[in-house]
Amino acid sequence: MGSQNKTVPFAGTKEQEAALLKVIAEHKDDKGALMPILQKAQGIYGYLPVEVQTIISNEMNVPLEKIYGIVTFYSQFSLSPKGKYNVSVCLGTACYVKGSGDIFNKLQDLLGVTDGGCTTDGKFSLESCRCIGACGLAPVLTVNEDVYGKLSVDDLEGILTKYE
Amino acid sequence: METVNIKINGMPVEAPKGSTILEAAKLAHIDIPTLCYLKGINEIGACRICVVEVKGARSLVASCMYPINEGMEITTNSQKVLASRKKTLELILSDHDRKCLSCVRSGSCELQKLCNDLKVEDEGLYDGARTLYNTDATSAHMLRDNNKCILCRRCSAVCEKTQGIGVIGANERGFDTNISCAFDMGLGDTSCVSCGQCIAVCPTGALTEKDSTSEVFAALADPDKYVIVQTAPAVRAGLGEAFGLPIGTNVQGKMVSALRRLGFDQVFDTDFAADLTIMEEATELLDRINNGGVLPLITSCSPGWIKYCEHYYPDMLDNLSSCKSPMQMFGAITKTYYAEKMGIDPNKIVMVSVMPCTAKKFEIGRDDQSAAGVPDVDISITTRELAKMVERVGLNFLSLPDEDFDDPLGRSTGAAVIFGATGGVMEAALRTAVEVLTGKELPNPEFSEVRGTQGIKEATYHVAGLDINVAVASGLANARELLEDVKSGKKNYHFIEIMGCPGGCVNGGGQPQQPATVRNFTDIRALRAKALYNQDAEMPLRKSHENPSIKALYDEYLGKPGSHKAHELLHTTYVKRSINK
Repeated sequence: MGSQNKTVPFAGTKEQEAALLKVIAEHKDDKGALMPILQKAQGIYGYLPVEVQTIISNEMNVPLEKIYGIVTFYSQFSLSPKGKYNVSVCLGTACYVKGSGDIFNKLQDLLGVTDGGCTTDGKFSLESCRCIGACGLAPVLTVNEDVYGKLSVDDLEGILTKYE
Repeated sequence: METVNIKINGMPVEAPKGSTILEAAKLAHIDIPTLCYLKGINEIGACRICVVEVKGARSLVASCMYPINEGMEITTNSQKVLASRKKTLELILSDHDRKCLSCVRSGSCELQKLCNDLKVEDEGLYDGARTLYNTDATSAHMLRDNNKCILCRRCSAVCEKTQGIGVIGANERGFDTNISCAFDMGLGDTSCVSCGQCIAVCPTGALTEKDSTSEVFAALADPDKYVIVQTAPAVRAGLGEAFGLPIGTNVQGKMVSALRRLGFDQVFDTDFAADLTIMEEATELLDRINNGGVLPLITSCSPGWIKYCEHYYPDMLDNLSSCKSPMQMFGAITKTYYAEKMGIDPNKIVMVSVMPCTAKKFEIGRDDQSAAGVPDVDISITTRELAKMVERVGLNFLSLPDEDFDDPLGRSTGAAVIFGATGGVMEAALRTAVEVLTGKELPNPEFSEVRGTQGIKEATYHVAGLDINVAVASGLANARELLEDVKSGKKNYHFIEIMGCPGGCVNGGGQPQQPATVRNFTDIRALRAKALYNQDAEMPLRKSHENPSIKALYDEYLGKPGSHKAHELLHTTYVKRSINK
């Protein structure tokens, strides 16, 4: 869970906001309503930026800090949007001993974002994940649905160039 | 009361059913150490400092949460228990800023005391990764230094539960967990009301008021400045604790003596302006009742409450009394009436206030608080800061003689001194309003229905053919409950007193900190309030309108209460704010 990438502008639509308000209205009086609302809000927007959390805070009469505390606690919630291409690096045991930590660090340098972040042009997002079941190919990363295995740090620039 | 019989360290103990082990041990004269536990506020059993052995239990249990049962056998002092507590402390220290020498809480830090008590010998035993944080200095009144935070969550619990605000809380998880505001906002950018209750409950130096003592010393050392100090009612009921006196000791005489020896040119009493506030506010109340003004009228003495109202009830700003707080009225009168009378240039006056309050540091910077064209109050320090000043110059506070405030702005009545306790402003206002309405002297000036530390109090008084409904709330969660009833029409009042801190100013965020070991078993609000009510009972004058200095002020300068001049100098305006930006 990285801090929010403030340079990606919020681009929520009226339709998304109407959908969110509908979800809140449906759950408002439920006990423990915040979790399902946050899950559905992330489904609507793809992530949970300050604009979305503020709507939930105002509508639910719950302090924004309480919502932010929940969002930053659970790794399923994201403060940053996914890029057009989501780069996911496996840091599971097999990949890690084969050097995926170095690969992840190199990608952070190349893209200029930290774990969970998104480049300012909205093109690439970067995240770490645990085992994706391709240990024979370790170390492994995926770009959206494409899988790249048996990597070294020198392969990374070439891979990213394919998506420029 | 139903009791159960247990054994603690082999000794038989009889304790009320439903007690926790911690409470039962207290009855057996054993103080089990705690860190995160605050009774009624933060009962989460998280820090593991209070662990004890219970026969038959498979591991150590948290005594703050664990209820006793008949026949239970508890050990609070075994090698295993002491070793566990010590290790917990060593692990806390591994990610703790240990600059204890320069820490404002050195000597009053609960973590420091525990480390000493449990014989922690190597504070760096588990040194490893450290999380480093920037200090948050964005708010007017306080600093947040997470490098000294131990994640006990007392601050966030008091902010959310007691005050109903919740602008600070735990974010992230695991090793990254930290207490902060949403989206790493500065506290000054949130709807924080500056009440300082978080500082009052912080066990370490992570949360502190912004220190202004150096500024005061600099003013005192400047020969071109005329430095005047005023002290709020609640300060005299709390200051002694900083010098080891029992809670609820009234140290007015020694406080005045200390201030004079610190070098203030005049030592005055905010109580004078409390009497003045009553004159203006009682007049405002009667005017609103008689002329169909906005009701209920709500008091405006507490700057924490005012900021809360602006953020959370911006539609009720017309209900607020337009009166400045007593502190601000005092500054206004000092820099106009007093300055003119004494022939002093108001630009040369430095008005220092000593307050039980941290929100006063915010209040002095508000708009529309400069009657003489310069700020009414220049520097506001807390009771704690005054204690630090006394210590810095080596005054032996306990052996100082008792002295009186200076004339004429040091003169006050019993009605003013009770401002420091919840219900006090209401009672003081009633003493004056009732006599004005009936034209007769009150046989008994005490209105006991509005006294006491309950969060919400209400009463109806029949005066001169009128039924006057009043309510008193302290603590902002209580204020919210009361205001929701008012807004929904469930309750109808003419006059409401609201104080931001639970129990009123005596329990303000700027008062000397009492450790959880005391707070969990003592009602410090009631003890400090008693000191003020006792002083009121002993005073020759107990009604604000009888204060001769107040009479002189109106005769010589203001005309009558609510006059045009009084409005110019003593009244103010409010601004609408929102909860989230």
